[in-house]
Amino acid sequence: MPIDWTGIAFTALLSAAIILPMLVVATWAFTEVWRYPNVVPQQFGLRFWNQTLTRPDVWAALTLSLQLSTVVTLLSAAICLPAAYAFARLSFPGRNVLFFSFLAGHAFPKFGLLIAIAAIFLQLNLIGTFWGVVLIQLVGTLLFMIWIPVAAFQSVDRRMEEAARDVGAGPLRVFWSVTLPQAGPTIAAAVLLSFVGTFYETEGAWLIGAPGIRTMPVLMISFINNQMVIQYGAVLSVMLWVPSFIALMFARRVIGGGAFARGFGG
Amino acid sequence: MSVLKISDVTKVFAAGNVVAVDTFSLDVADGELVCLLGPSGSGKSTLLRMVGGFERPTGGLITIDGEDITHLPPEKRPTGMVFQSHALWTHMNVFKNLAFGLKLRRIPADEIKRRVEAVLELVGLGGYGTRHVNQLSGGQQQRVALARSLVLEPKILLLDEPFASLDQHLRERLREEVRDIQQRLKITTLFVTHGQDEALSMADRIVVMRDGKTEQVDRPDIIYREPQTPFVAGFIGTMNLIEGTVANGTFIRAGYSTPLPVSDGPAILAIRPEALELTVASDGSQGKVHRVTDYGTHGLVDLDLNDNTRIKAMVSHPDLFKAGQGVTLAATAVAAYRDGAVIHRT
Repeated sequence: MPIDWTGIAFTALLSAAIILPMLVVATWAFTEVWRYPNVVPQQFGLRFWNQTLTRPDVWAALTLSLQLSTVVTLLSAAICLPAAYAFARLSFPGRNVLFFSFLAGHAFPKFGLLIAIAAIFLQLNLIGTFWGVVLIQLVGTLLFMIWIPVAAFQSVDRRMEEAARDVGAGPLRVFWSVTLPQAGPTIAAAVLLSFVGTFYETEGAWLIGAPGIRTMPVLMISFINNQMVIQYGAVLSVMLWVPSFIALMFARRVIGGGAFARGFGG
Repeated sequence: MSVLKISDVTKVFAAGNVVAVDTFSLDVADGELVCLLGPSGSGKSTLLRMVGGFERPTGGLITIDGEDITHLPPEKRPTGMVFQSHALWTHMNVFKNLAFGLKLRRIPADEIKRRVEAVLELVGLGGYGTRHVNQLSGGQQQRVALARSLVLEPKILLLDEPFASLDQHLRERLREEVRDIQQRLKITTLFVTHGQDEALSMADRIVVMRDGKTEQVDRPDIIYREPQTPFVAGFIGTMNLIEGTVANGTFIRAGYSTPLPVSDGPAILAIRPEALELTVASDGSQGKVHRVTDYGTHGLVDLDLNDNTRIKAMVSHPDLFKAGQGVTLAATAVAAYRDGAVIHRT
């Protein structure tokens, strides 16, 4: 078999770009002494883990982040999935304009949009509140939670639904027993993306949530900005990998290959 | 024992104002298998979908055993449909595909099991219940789709080009099996196809459709031997359709003429290749051999009339003919059409 040098080059480049920074951060998290010009740290240890994990604000931020992501994802699913079904299956005036309007939030510099929303939230007394952050993060999930499920619903074979009607299932039963299971894996991918995306969302959470609401990423940024010690940030980074790692493992089992691709490909 | 009656059914699609089915009527007798045959766009599938409840007729009446079902949703109709694309539920195994409709009818689990296994046996898939749909071959999937409809014991079975996605060999085998099962169960069946072989080999009666209307309804052998319109003549089997004029009892097209005892005027002459006898002409030929194809059991001669109209003739000794040769023609059986209707047949 001929050696695929292009493939190897790409793999090497991607590995260097993705894995190397992660390796450096992971190493820092378990390092106690690492001075220039040494390539390997002089002293490994769990001192900074101990210091970080005993801080109450870290645990508060982690709990808050998990609560926020769960609430935002559930709300987003409740709002977006019926809307996605409508976009996929019904034709109504203004359908296309509305459909593409969900891109609008991503078509402009996000910070400008956030400042404008923050001004409105200030009048509504939503600044610094849990539900203020929920609202702003909800906006961020709309694109994923509409566009991917629309593609999922559209790719369900209409004949399968007709066959279910034919054997005696009413429209609701067809949706529950055929449409949803068929679109399910791709929708699960969208839900997962919005959960992980919300968990790591920083600008909105910081701008709307500060100072009362401090999520994990916001806390990490303040650690990195305010502490001279690199290890605090590194430990938090490694901790932040955990949810996405669990999510991805879960995704591989539930969804299987191709679902993400199918979701985006329609 | 069920009778399907379609009366003056019309379907106009709002988009583009297309008349897909135009005041169509048909009675299907109990236990009969009727084929709707026609080119794409002839309205045959739309008609079937209206019987199944997937399209609303714009006008007309559909009844099963006298009961008006014209506007019932599919789930309330005693019809079972087999789709061209199988439309099996890929997230269920074979057993669950078959059991789904029975569960909706709240039939006890042990009876569901018994009925599903019996029907799987009937379609030759005994023991396949636990298989996943994606593990089956195309022919097996189509059998499961048929079983899924049959297990509910529908009054009317609807088949929408069920073999179109299968290869030739499998198609021939499956159509024999389906015909056997249909006759064993004596189930009233409406079958849509654009394949004339399928229609000729399976149907008790064939409805030839064109532009949403009936061209002819008859037994397969009559459709083949006595097509009522030039469209049916040209659509079923191979047919030479020669347009010409009749003057003083003789049909003329280019150098070819043959007696035709009808009034003067234009006419279309229809001759099957097997009803055309060729003789090698020493002089005064009526046509020229273009190509000879030897099929082993018989030969087919493509020949051009003097104005280059291409026609086909079946011969028992293809080695007698060579490209470029002049031949004379003699038709043993012809039909003649004028204004879309038969005016003469021998």
